[in-house]
Amino acid sequence: MPALIECHSLTKKYGSRLALNNVNLSIERGRIVGLLGPNASGKTTLIKLINGLIQPSQGEILINGQEPGIESKLNISYLPDACFLPEWMKVRELFNYYSDFYSNFNLRKAYDMLERLNLNDSMKLKSMSKGTKEKIQLILTMSREADLYCLDEPIGGVDPASRDYILDTIIGNYNENSTILISTHLITDIEKILDEVVFINNGCMYLHKSVDDIRMEHNNSVDGFFREVFRC
Amino acid sequence: MSWELTNDRPIYMQLMDYIKLGIISGQYPAGSKLPSVRELASIAAVNPNTMQKALAELESTGLIYSNRTSGRFVTDNEELIHENKKNLAKDYCNDFFIKLKSLGITQAEILELISECMNE
Repeated sequence: MPALIECHSLTKKYGSRLALNNVNLSIERGRIVGLLGPNASGKTTLIKLINGLIQPSQGEILINGQEPGIESKLNISYLPDACFLPEWMKVRELFNYYSDFYSNFNLRKAYDMLERLNLNDSMKLKSMSKGTKEKIQLILTMSREADLYCLDEPIGGVDPASRDYILDTIIGNYNENSTILISTHLITDIEKILDEVVFINNGCMYLHKSVDDIRMEHNNSVDGFFREVFRC
Repeated sequence: MSWELTNDRPIYMQLMDYIKLGIISGQYPAGSKLPSVRELASIAAVNPNTMQKALAELESTGLIYSNRTSGRFVTDNEELIHENKKNLAKDYCNDFFIKLKSLGITQAEILELISECMNE
């Protein structure tokens, strides 16, 4: 079986600016992977390439051995970093919307998660706080039975208690056939739920290693190590 | 509540210490069944693969064993548990003495302080 994500000399240019430069990367199934890097390092560009939203300038990216396309879009559940849902919809309508779009949307799972948050399905997106909106988006994303979950900054706008809920949701949904890729710069909060981390900097691959190997080799947390490496 | 983890050591080693402490203190009694990897990972708020690794490493110490069909169990070897308890207590004592010695307190003073504390 091919690796879940495979990048060969992957390069993306926006005009003359190199957003990703010759990235080689292989990510297996059953992992929770942190995609880490300073601002403007190319995290979101990589995630967009994985989702087939933009095309590589050079090199290739393969999902399950195939180029991103209709097939891969069914198997990847993507949480973008900005709100993308119609504001006027109620939670119930959003759930149905997702059921219509994705054959692998698990409605029961979505309602279970909603219940745990003490939210109800008649709330309108428009009337929600930023944090609650993020939670609804996470529920929609994690309720799909996918091979790969791509979460772009899933904990940016929520309070620490909700952060714990989100991390718990991610651990609870983990299974050995799917991989969760989380892009963030809030490393401390998510470090302990990660198997491995991918550091990118200025569009280049800096490091791809397991969290405990980094701790073992540097006697430091991944967060501490990151601060050391990318000190301004 | 999740388990407190420090920054200077691999996570799986710290998880091993926590589970070992649970066994020594009787939270997980000798011969009893341990919660599943998933449950333990959720309690500790860590990655299930990391918890899996911690449990596999603990198996090699003999403190826990796995039964192919019914999960993981604490050893019923009370002697082994007691031995681990003694070693841990020794470690605590060593830390304690190192701290007090770094304050410049003599052995005689330490003994005096201990008996004072015990009478309180």
